[in-house]
Parts: sequence; C-alpha cells; structure tokens
Amino acid sequence: MGKKVDDQGFYGEFGGAFIPEMLYPNVRELEERYLEIIQSDEFQREFRHLLRDYAGRPTPLFKAERLSAHFGTRIFLKREDLNHTGAHKINNAIGQILLARRLGKKRIIAETGAGQHGVATATVCALSGLHCIVYMGALDVERQAPNVKKMKMLGAEVVPVHSGNKTLKDATNEAIRDWINHPVDTHYIIGSVVGPHPYPDMVTRFQSVISEEIRIQLEEKTGRNFPDYLVACVGGGSNAAGAYYHYLEDERVRLISVEAAGLGVDSGKTAATSLLGSTGIIHGSRTLLMQDDDGQIEEPYSISAGLDYPGVGPLHAWLAKSGRATVFAVTDEEALQAALLCTRKEGIIPALETAHALAVLEKITPGKDEVVVVNLSGRGDKDMETYIDKLGI
Amino acid sequence: MNRIDRLFQEKQGEILSIYITAGYPQLADTVPLLEALQKHGADMVEIGIPFSDPLADGAVIQESSQLALRNGMKLDLLFKQLEGIRPAIQIPLILMGYLNPILKMGMERFLERCRDAGIDGVIVPDLPPAEYEARYLELFRTYGVHNTLLITPHTEENRIRRIADLSGGFLYLVADASTTGMRNIIGDHQMEYFQRIHDMGLPVPGLIGFGISNRPTFLAACKYARGAIIGSAFIRAIGEPGNLSLDQKVEGFIKEVRGV
Repeated sequence: MGKKVDDQGFYGEFGGAFIPEMLYPNVRELEERYLEIIQSDEFQREFRHLLRDYAGRPTPLFKAERLSAHFGTRIFLKREDLNHTGAHKINNAIGQILLARRLGKKRIIAETGAGQHGVATATVCALSGLHCIVYMGALDVERQAPNVKKMKMLGAEVVPVHSGNKTLKDATNEAIRDWINHPVDTHYIIGSVVGPHPYPDMVTRFQSVISEEIRIQLEEKTGRNFPDYLVACVGGGSNAAGAYYHYLEDERVRLISVEAAGLGVDSGKTAATSLLGSTGIIHGSRTLLMQDDDGQIEEPYSISAGLDYPGVGPLHAWLAKSGRATVFAVTDEEALQAALLCTRKEGIIPALETAHALAVLEKITPGKDEVVVVNLSGRGDKDMETYIDKLGI
Repeated sequence: MNRIDRLFQEKQGEILSIYITAGYPQLADTVPLLEALQKHGADMVEIGIPFSDPLADGAVIQESSQLALRNGMKLDLLFKQLEGIRPAIQIPLILMGYLNPILKMGMERFLERCRDAGIDGVIVPDLPPAEYEARYLELFRTYGVHNTLLITPHTEENRIRRIADLSGGFLYLVADASTTGMRNIIGDHQMEYFQRIHDMGLPVPGLIGFGISNRPTFLAACKYARGAIIGSAFIRAIGEPGNLSLDQKVEGFIKEVRGV
C-alpha cells in the first residue's frame, strides 16, 4: 500500500501539493485532466508513435558480458542513453508536450540543471512549434555551455537564474515563479518526479515505459520477466521511478537507489538526500530534503549536475522510508572509476549520473545466476570535459 | 480580543499594513522597524520569516530574505527578538513565512511561541486551505492565532467562499496573478475583480496586496477593500543607500502613502 500515489497525491506521508493559491488553478487543471488525457487511446497512439519513431524506442536491454564476468553475476544494461537527446529525459518531455497541446497551452517553461531536461524540452518544443523558455542557474549556464548552445539552436530562450545559489533548485524556483506570473497560457514541464501532485505521478507514468520494456526484454533474454536487482541513480528520481514502476509491488525485485555522496556522505559536500535528509516541503511536495535546523534548504554537492538536487521525489522518499528500496551513496571518485570501468569493459561511456548507478555493483553481492538490471539513464558526451580532467585521459 | 479583529472593528477604511523582512536590512532592525512603523502610522505589520526558497516572491523580497539569512536571521532568533515587545508595540503583528521553517520548528511549538510573543496572525502562502483545515485549524484556535488565507483573480467563486470562511482576521486579496513586487499598477481587470469580491459580501474583511506600492495604488485598493498591504516597495525604500536613518525612511514612506 502506498507505493503508487493515492487520490490526494500522497505516497504514504510524502507528496501532496503545497502550493500558494496563485498556482492553484494551474495545478488543479492538471490534476483534473492528466489521467483522462494520458489514458485516452488517441493520446497513447501519438505518444507511442513518437517514442518509437522519434525517440528511438524501445531502447535495447544489453547483456554486458564483460562486466558480468568481472562482477561474477548477470548484468543487463537498459540503454536509455540511446534515446534521442541522449537520456531518458525525452520520454517525459514527449509526454508532457502532448499533454500541453491538449490543454491548449501556447508557452512552455522548464527548469534544467545539467541541461539534459532543458535540451529534451527544447527539442519537443521545436518539434511542436511551441515557444520554449528554459530556466537554468547562472552557475550551470557556465558549467554546461554545450547544452546551452544546443537549447539555443533548438530555438529555446535560456534564462540564467541569479537568485539563491544559482543552480537547479533556484532554476526550479524561478520556473515556478514564471508559472505564477503566467497562469493561463503556460505549461510547466517539470523534468523529474518532483513538485506538487500530479507531477510526480505524471512524470513517473511517462517514464514507466522503461520498466514496461524491461519486463518484455528480460522475458525474452532470461525466460523470466523480472530481475533480482534493479539499480538506478536518483537525483530527483525520474529514471529510477520509470525503471521501478512495474516492479513496485513485486517484492522479488530488490530496488537499489543510488544517490550521490559527493565527497562523502559525512563530508558536508554531498547530495545523499534520503540518507541525510529529513521530512520537509520543497517545490510543493512533502518529501525528504537536506535542510538545516532552521528549515532552510541546503545546497547539495555532486560532481554530477543531474544529481545535485536537495530533495528527492516523494515516491523515492516513501520507498526509502518504507524499506522497499535500498539506498546507497556513491562518491564522486567511485562514480568516475565506475564510468571508466564500463567504458573499458563494454565500450559505453555513461553519463556521470549513470556512473553512480554502475558504481553500486562494487557494493552489492548478487549471486552468479542472479540477474541485475542497471538503468543506463544517459550517455557521457556532456561529461567528457570532466572525465578528461578527472581521469587524466 | 485579537488585535487584528479589534483593528477591523475600530477602523473602517485605509488600513495600511506594511511587510518587513525580519533581520533586514540589519539583523537587529526588526524591532526598531516595528517601533518606527507604529510611530509613523502603519496600522499593522507583517513580519516576513526569511526562507531560502521563497517561491511566491519576486526579486526584491527574495533578495531581502537572502540578505537577512546572511545576517544570521533564524526563526528562533526572531522569536527572541520579539520577546517583550508587547505592550510597547500595540498594533497587530502577523508572521508571514513559508511552511518548511515552521514545520521544522513544529507547528504547535511555533503557534505557542506566536502566542507568547503576542503575534496575532500568520500567513503561510504554501499551506493550502484544505491542509490547514484538516491538520491545523484546531491548533490555531487553541493558541488564538489567526491564519489569513489568500485568493487571486483566478480563484473560483465557490472556492473564494470556502477560503473566506476559513480565513482568520481578514482575507488577503492578491491583486494580480503574480509573484510579489511584479506589478506596480492597478488595471481595469483588477478593478473588476476587486468589485466582484466586494459585491460578494464575504464574512471577513479584505485587504489587497501585491502591486500596491504608493499613494495612487493604495487609494485605488482602498476603494474596494478595507485597506492594503505594501511589501516590495517598502523593502526597496528602506534598503536604499543614503544618509537617512531607518526611522526617517519609514516616516517618509508612510507619509507619502498616507498623503500627509
């Protein structure tokens, strides 16, 4: 009970919609209409068509033979990195742009940290001919210049955010403020399973195509439609939510969530939200977040810009708190080494976020006949500068 | 009697409520500002609890909050600053803040400290009316603290009535769909909205906020409601560099709005 959202938008004690009245009409409209729209045959047809012919789905489930031999178990990689724009983010962006069109919205806003969600949103806006504004922390604009250029080439307006610490959390605040100031014509495409209800559930549903495919592909490859271990990295948690979805109530599957420990869980420079966080309200959702004793939200740190979010989606807070998922934290250094190992053993350069998930293979001990699926959420193109610098390549 | 209720009983129009950010511009300015505001004729003060992520606020209040946090302001310290301000400060005082710092302290402990400090009401923009009703209404009543709720031009009529029934002290009419300090004019569509609310004959008095910045906008608001709230414009005025003392800045600002 509680693993899927209830009708008030809660996963157990987490979730809800803690929003100012100015946002109520927008959020209410979404809440009233999202299920009816996304469950309609007509929507599903167009969504499935774009996932297949535009994003390139289904993404392969690849048996990583050399990594399997290295770790003495059976490792499969779910290749979300092979999606158009290089990560799972496009699944949600396609879903939400189709929804926005059906709601009659003319203007799309989004937040982005590393830029992957910003690029995915700018991409579907170009595809749909809708005006796109992406809020991005001023620091991230500097750190992620190639993605900024991509978004601009795609026709999006990139607005650097100078408030707060100038990173993802502040970009999200600014996108929410934009939405408050544009209550009628604008849809906010949130990039993760965070924010007020119905966003966590809606984004989870759009990403759930990942676990839907894993079931079919595992059946074909192993004769069994579930893994023993299902591993994903968690920042806000959208790739993990999508990989877990069809297995949430299947207790045979051990869900392994991997957070960024940064320089170490106890170093003060970390993004290990579920391990260090406490219950609070961030971006309209009650969840686990990193905060000080005055209730001020703390700035997280990770080498990976996609994982340094101070909260975690309410589904993940519930999975962690209830023990359904086991949460590990992986340091910058462990993630870098895992990225190198995956690259040298399988010829796949993963995103830094994904590298955290791969690093957990050092920490779990599956049997030799057990099946481990790692959600390979994104490709490493955007991280080449970091890899070259930190790995001395 | 709660001081907010007494104010609305005693004063029929042109009620002026001023928003300040606790610990801004200097950490120790909270109480001197309250004294100056009372002295120069503010009817009520909303004391903003600074928060790292004030998502309903525009740039001016965001910056004042950040500065206040850098100055060392914390909710616990704010309550310490407010100890003993009664009875010298007689005007109603409201704490305005986001839910997270309040929940971190604990809602009951927060309300207890409000009561002990002589705080008459609170405004928590991200505490939805339904959540307030289900979880906290009884606690607020126990401690005699009002919870004032917000409506906007996009709030539907039946929801307005529900919110007005729940709202303590007064109803906060957000003038435009916006974050704070974004608009400086009162346009025709807002007049229409204010008139509509006025004509509904709600059981609580209304104050208009967001976009009220000077005498003309204050007077425009007072035509439709019992008064208005000024936030960003006041924060900007007291933050300006120059030789004027805080007291002089407050005096100048209030006089302009009052037209004296």
